[in-house]
Amino acid sequence: MQPTVTTRTRAGTITAVLALILIAVGLALPAFASRSLIQDLFFILTMLTLAQLWNLLAGYGGLVSVGQQAFVGIGAYAMFAGVILWGIDPVLAIPLGGLAALLLAIPTAFFAFRLAGAYFAIGTWVIAEVTRLLIAQWKALGGGTGTSLPREATSDIIGVEAIRTLFDVREAAARDILAYWLALALAVLTIAAIYALLRNRLGLALAAVRDNAEAANSVGVDARRIRWAVFLIAAAMTGLVGALIYVQTARISPDAAFSVTDWTAYVIFIVVIGGIGRIEGPILGVLVFYALQTLLADYGAWYLLTLGLIAIAVMLFAPRGLWGLISDRTGLQLFPVQRRLTGITMKGGKT
Amino acid sequence: MTDILTLSDVSKSFGALKVTDSVSFSVPKGQALGIIGPNGAGKSTLFNLITGNIAPDTGRVTLMGRDVTRLPAMDRVRMGVGRSFQIPQPFEGLTVYENLAVAASFGQGRAEASVTADCVQILQDCELLHRANTPAGALSLLDRKRLELARAMATGPDLLLLDEIAGGLTEGECKALVATIKGLHAKGITIIWIEHVLHALTAVVERLLVLDFGRVIGLGNPDTIMASKEVREIYLGIEV
Repeated sequence: MQPTVTTRTRAGTITAVLALILIAVGLALPAFASRSLIQDLFFILTMLTLAQLWNLLAGYGGLVSVGQQAFVGIGAYAMFAGVILWGIDPVLAIPLGGLAALLLAIPTAFFAFRLAGAYFAIGTWVIAEVTRLLIAQWKALGGGTGTSLPREATSDIIGVEAIRTLFDVREAAARDILAYWLALALAVLTIAAIYALLRNRLGLALAAVRDNAEAANSVGVDARRIRWAVFLIAAAMTGLVGALIYVQTARISPDAAFSVTDWTAYVIFIVVIGGIGRIEGPILGVLVFYALQTLLADYGAWYLLTLGLIAIAVMLFAPRGLWGLISDRTGLQLFPVQRRLTGITMKGGKT
Repeated sequence: MTDILTLSDVSKSFGALKVTDSVSFSVPKGQALGIIGPNGAGKSTLFNLITGNIAPDTGRVTLMGRDVTRLPAMDRVRMGVGRSFQIPQPFEGLTVYENLAVAASFGQGRAEASVTADCVQILQDCELLHRANTPAGALSLLDRKRLELARAMATGPDLLLLDEIAGGLTEGECKALVATIKGLHAKGITIIWIEHVLHALTAVVERLLVLDFGRVIGLGNPDTIMASKEVREIYLGIEV
């Protein structure tokens, strides 16, 4: 038998089928789900997408950024600028968020890539704060206090009318459904794109750079270029998510849009809890995070303390996250990326 | 015979310390050259100058007739310079096969699907085939050394640089590794090998270069070199 390489596993095939079913259910959900469930799912899906992107950066690219809120914020503000200054439909202004984040990512990477490890993390945070302070000077978009999307812009968002007729709901509920669908599309697209990337030879290069950049260079992998690519892709996608989140909330301020707690600390929590360096990690992590938030919502500061304690406990006792724990016990991989060589005769006659 | 590598008057200083001092030598295609010298003689720096990880202050490095003095390391890999590290540096999160696949694919600029057969052959040559699907982080020292060699081979080198690959191995393990390297050399690959384990080195190389304080103090037939007074002095106390 010829030696062949495969990433296919039975669990992977089952995942693919389940994923398709889940996507179909997700699309049909607004027909019978309550508005609050749709809002909660919007939150879960956007956090999941942010977590997948941070996982791509830190877990696969070795780039531990604490400044992703810069791209959420700039993405959201670019969308607001499109709507308020140029009268673009909010949904159609979302791509502006991705573009603005991409443009901000270029100088950010230029400066931050001169730093490594913890210094890189702090550097990205500083750049995010500088961006927040600059945006707070933008008087046309409300300066430091922020602003709302104008009534006339939110009242006739593209597609909302069709959703109103389709599900027979009020305008505000129809807007939530539209945002939810977009969030679902973005989450599915992000996960599919990351999975495809990891199965490509670039996935191997990414893992090589993460494990040892010097050795990666010595086998012909351009570590610098790969890091740039990952950083720019993650930033642009994060900008899209930021814009989408603020289409749904329709109200923005620099402190909220550039919040390190909301857009980076929680996201890191999700990835660390779930399991860094695996696609399954953020999926599990976001569910745990949502459950904790629902349970502890009324306890204020205790909520954050509890999150911190859980994160510390997981780091100490399950450094590869909850998914790592499950995967180590069962060998289960829902998104298999490991290339296995088959069809070779090994020592001892095993194949 | 044409020269695959030529260093002309290459010097490199770190601060006031001259670690490479007007080094000149050539390596003909297909030859195995050993480099010896006491710790701190500048052997690994010499390697880094050849691979492009360090740029020389003065002098010229020529690879296959082309001046590569200012060419980055990555491009030299694609020209056919493979290297192993003194301390094994596997990609620990990847399997042994994946370590080779990434080297073959990027080192030679080939599609991932096209490198499988070559990688399997190299794994076989380096006696690692039975570990193909093992994560590199879980390997023993010998297997890590073998992986260093195999990964360097996967980049498709015409010139293979080995940095103390026999260090830390038991007698038996060392013998097995020497046999593997001999096999690769027999296939026509040019080898430059830094090594303290002299009997391993002399079993393979045809020429020996002695480095001390960054200067070449001997270059020639291994027997003649090892018999010279200067070399014996430097190696006094070290197994000859």
